[in-house]
Amino acid sequence: MSGDRGPMAGTRLTRRYKVAALWRNVFRASTVVGIIVLGLLLINIANSAFGYVAVTNRVDPGDLVAEDRALEDLDHAELVAILEVNISKGLFRKLANEKPFAERERAEVLGLIYENVVKPEVAKQWTLLESITKRSEIVAEATTAYPSATLRFESWLDVAFITSPQSSDAVKAGIRTALLGSLWTIAIAIVFAFPIGVGAAIYLEEYADHARPAARAINQVIQTNISNLAGVPSIIYGILGLAVFVRVLEPLTSGAIFGLTDSTTANGRTIISAGLTLGLLILPLIIINSQEAIRAVPNSLREAAFGLGATRWQTVWSHVLPNAMPGILTGTILSVSRAMGETAPLVVVGASTYITADPSEPFSKFTTLPIQIYQWTTRPQDVFRNIAAAAIIALLMLLLSMNGVAIVLRNRFSKRT
Amino acid sequence: MTNEKDATTLGVASERATLAALRKRPRIKETLIQAFLFVCGALSILITIGIVYELGKESALFFTRKQWEQTNKAIAWDMDAGGTTVDVTTSGAALRVDDLILLNQEMMRVVSIEGTRLTVERGIDGTVSMAHSKDTPIQVATEVTLREFFGTTEWNPQIGRFGIWALVNATMMTSLIALAVALPLGLSVAIYLSEYASEKARATLKPILEVLAGVPTVVYGYFALTFMTPLLRSIIGQDIVEVYNTASAGLVMGILILPIVSSMSEDALSAVPNSLREAAYGLGATKLETALKVVVPAAFSGIAAAFLVAASRAIGETMIVAVAAGAGPNFTFNPFRAAETMTGHIVRISGGDLSYNSLDYNSLFAIGLMLFFMTLGLNVVSQQIVKRFREVYE
Amino acid sequence: MDNGRIHTTKLDSWQDTNVTYAIEAQGLNVYYDNFRALKNVDLKIERHKVTAIIGPSGCGKSTVLRAFNRMNELFRSARTEGRVLFNGLDIYHDQIDPVEVRRHIGMVFQKPNPFPKSIYENVAWGARIHGYRGNMDDLVYQALTQAALWDEVKDKLGQSGLSLSGGQQQRLCIARTIATQPEIILMDEPASALDPIATLRIEELMRELTNNYTIIVVTHNMQQAGRVSDNTAFFSLDETDRAGVLIEYGPTLRIFSNPASKMTEDYITGRFG
Ligand SMILES: Nc1ncnc2c1ncn2[C@@H]1O[C@H](COP(=O)(O)OP(=O)(O)O)[C@@H](O)[C@H]1O
Ligand SMILES: [Mg+2]
Repeated sequence: MSGDRGPMAGTRLTRRYKVAALWRNVFRASTVVGIIVLGLLLINIANSAFGYVAVTNRVDPGDLVAEDRALEDLDHAELVAILEVNISKGLFRKLANEKPFAERERAEVLGLIYENVVKPEVAKQWTLLESITKRSEIVAEATTAYPSATLRFESWLDVAFITSPQSSDAVKAGIRTALLGSLWTIAIAIVFAFPIGVGAAIYLEEYADHARPAARAINQVIQTNISNLAGVPSIIYGILGLAVFVRVLEPLTSGAIFGLTDSTTANGRTIISAGLTLGLLILPLIIINSQEAIRAVPNSLREAAFGLGATRWQTVWSHVLPNAMPGILTGTILSVSRAMGETAPLVVVGASTYITADPSEPFSKFTTLPIQIYQWTTRPQDVFRNIAAAAIIALLMLLLSMNGVAIVLRNRFSKRT
Repeated sequence: MTNEKDATTLGVASERATLAALRKRPRIKETLIQAFLFVCGALSILITIGIVYELGKESALFFTRKQWEQTNKAIAWDMDAGGTTVDVTTSGAALRVDDLILLNQEMMRVVSIEGTRLTVERGIDGTVSMAHSKDTPIQVATEVTLREFFGTTEWNPQIGRFGIWALVNATMMTSLIALAVALPLGLSVAIYLSEYASEKARATLKPILEVLAGVPTVVYGYFALTFMTPLLRSIIGQDIVEVYNTASAGLVMGILILPIVSSMSEDALSAVPNSLREAAYGLGATKLETALKVVVPAAFSGIAAAFLVAASRAIGETMIVAVAAGAGPNFTFNPFRAAETMTGHIVRISGGDLSYNSLDYNSLFAIGLMLFFMTLGLNVVSQQIVKRFREVYE
Repeated sequence: MDNGRIHTTKLDSWQDTNVTYAIEAQGLNVYYDNFRALKNVDLKIERHKVTAIIGPSGCGKSTVLRAFNRMNELFRSARTEGRVLFNGLDIYHDQIDPVEVRRHIGMVFQKPNPFPKSIYENVAWGARIHGYRGNMDDLVYQALTQAALWDEVKDKLGQSGLSLSGGQQQRLCIARTIATQPEIILMDEPASALDPIATLRIEELMRELTNNYTIIVVTHNMQQAGRVSDNTAFFSLDETDRAGVLIEYGPTLRIFSNPASKMTEDYITGRFG
């Protein structure tokens, strides 16, 4: 190095600094790339979930009523009359049999007119970005290419979308069925995995005997096994669930054993199978997170309790668990939000491709929000992409709020200790 | 017992503890709870055993299940229920000794062959010996052999082709593309966060990157199909890039595993003691030289572990490839063509109403078993590396 | 639980032991894995006295204290040999329940460690788990009074034990131990984390408590040992294997004025340790 003194050393140093600055920028750019992609992901979703649509009606609502009035202004009797003249007698009779028109709300009748007579259809949809930046072009295109269509700004994600059941018609379809399915399966997963997971964590942290070589070996195997299970791809859990819950335990998981379904049509592809599969999936995560939370409880508390002559369980129950609980709950929420987004294992376990009935018991057939997103995404028609995007926003909001709760819990926890 | 003393006696010297007070007593509740907790812990072992057992059992069925294939041969004369020799037509595929053949409902084993004359053992596998009339076609049993499974590259259950490489190849393609994205990017992010970023920048950047890891994979699938694929097609060409392709799935998967690489690598980098950095600075090294020539090599095993975990995650990743990589096994090295991965195939064939006693159902488990061992292997090696790494610095 | 302890004692050996002592170690050895932390300790603790354990740091003072109520077993690596006779019963015998031992031989730790619960609960919990069926309010009152804490906390029994000052927390820990009605209270440097005034209160308290309890206190403070204790045991490290050994044991006055061992003298006069 000493031989490099003089002007030479100066240029060398500047070069070194230049390279350093270059790489520094590369490193920073990589980080920025990650953030940009996240932004793109969100924009891409919002882009499809909102935007202008050109809706063509098979029958223009204006044609159904006299010149000076609008369909929306009519009263109940007038609406029923319009429905009667515009649909076949057979259909009218069928509707009346399902529920007499006198008993139907006015809005319900109006809905029937739209569904059976007006039959609106999305002729073309534009993305949110297009809708914002090229508004005049869209209006021009709509009036020339779809003269009979009405142009309106559609938010695919709205209250009706969340509260409507699944439907094969993208415009009417909602995520209510899927949302309820998600909540059911998650609830079962928690009921199954939380007590067992926390129990296993307590065992490993508080009870496991490390003195005797044989016991230590067993505990070591359990511990290693749990970290390995955490790395098993989720789809493998789906296969396990298919083999064990759906097939072997079919009498149980179909509800046949409880006389809830006819044993000849019994099918194990139910909410409870899905929930238990997710339970298996999150069990190792809950164990690992709970272990960490339990480990964070200061030893002085245990010593204090033992010093008073408490048994191990008294110590754990009164002091270790209450102090570890915020951490355990945080970890559990994070694990559960992982399960909430899982798709593959549930497809394997046998999610229904099409159900419109709300799940009502553990033995119902099921679909979940991510599965709904998957099915809509893979539909060839573009309009399903829009509702897939809307459903994604709903799912992300759900996950976000769960994580929010976890963060609040964690903050409260870390403030106290 | 002392504890039932009146409170007012608390000021008086305590009674002496006697043998009765100190003697070990059965604590049934404690024992039961401990047993229950142990069962909770041991359940994880049961899950692993369940996975291995179920995957193994059904995979074994996959490799032993008989399929009946037409030989285009027929018997040349009427057979009664008891005869053990029969002549067959010369047309069609050749039979071999020990082949299992099927005539109507009856299974027979070929004991010897002399020209066109077969000697057979009748009523194999509990089937009933019966008479067969002339020209009854002969079917021969085939099984999926391990040699076919691991030695061929066509996977087409309809025509009985089960070459796993078609699926493994697609899995490798998507995973390698993902790793090609995630490794350099993830390592750069890790170096930036651990060596360059201010505490404040780190505190905001890290959670943002963690969000990437928390997004459900089906959302990435949507992103691949509706953003990455159109982007690739517009850049590279509509006729070169198919609607479903492994490149798009792989790229997006790279983003999915980026946070795994970056956060695990960053942990490894931060664990490198500061004294090493100071030593490098003391020798006149720049920050970059310190980072690349001192810190990264010192954290190498931790970074390697991160790569392995990321690879395992990529191999097991399902929804992105199920949505964007293509629905049909295809042995190709062209990243712009559709090809179905192992996980994608499992999702697609299990999506329908799968019958439990079919080769398809069994094949699911054979693929699953392979997937399980691939990912487990990577995870175990990674854990081993981390363990050794820890020993070095503690 | 027994951590592979080598066991020879007959349970009824108490019959041939002098029960005038509160607790007595005989040939006590404690190991942490393969390291012997305590070597062949014989020590008889008198009833209703304060016994101080002094010695340089790392000589096994805490270890011997924890050996007296089987707290060492909570360390996974610890292993105990020899006998500890409590009322003539070997507390390490297979037939003896360590939980019951700790209940009769309470412990106060170096760093105050109240439970993150109310003051009232801190005191009541121990008694409650032992099935105390008397009037809990009375018990809490008595325990806090004996620990000289009642006047300071009587208006805020519902507040968290952690809201108290360090000295108050330590007295709360003492009250908590008293409430389980032990015979012996082990104190491991109970005042080392406290200021001089709080230390003084604890020392006064120790003297008062000898009316009802036997107290063994580990301290590194010579003045404190001299002020509060009746007897003093001086431990040190064996030169050869770094194991803790008992060098000298006797009335505090004699140990301080006329130590038999040169080592003790050096330590007491502050020449080493
Ligand atoms: N839990 C433990 N595991 C291993 N070694 C320990 C443990 N506790 C104490 N030791 C060791 O035993 C010796 C005595 O420790 P200790 O009894 O705490 O000493 P003192 O209280 O006199 O300072 C020390 O060398 C210490 O390192
Ligand atoms: Mg000590």
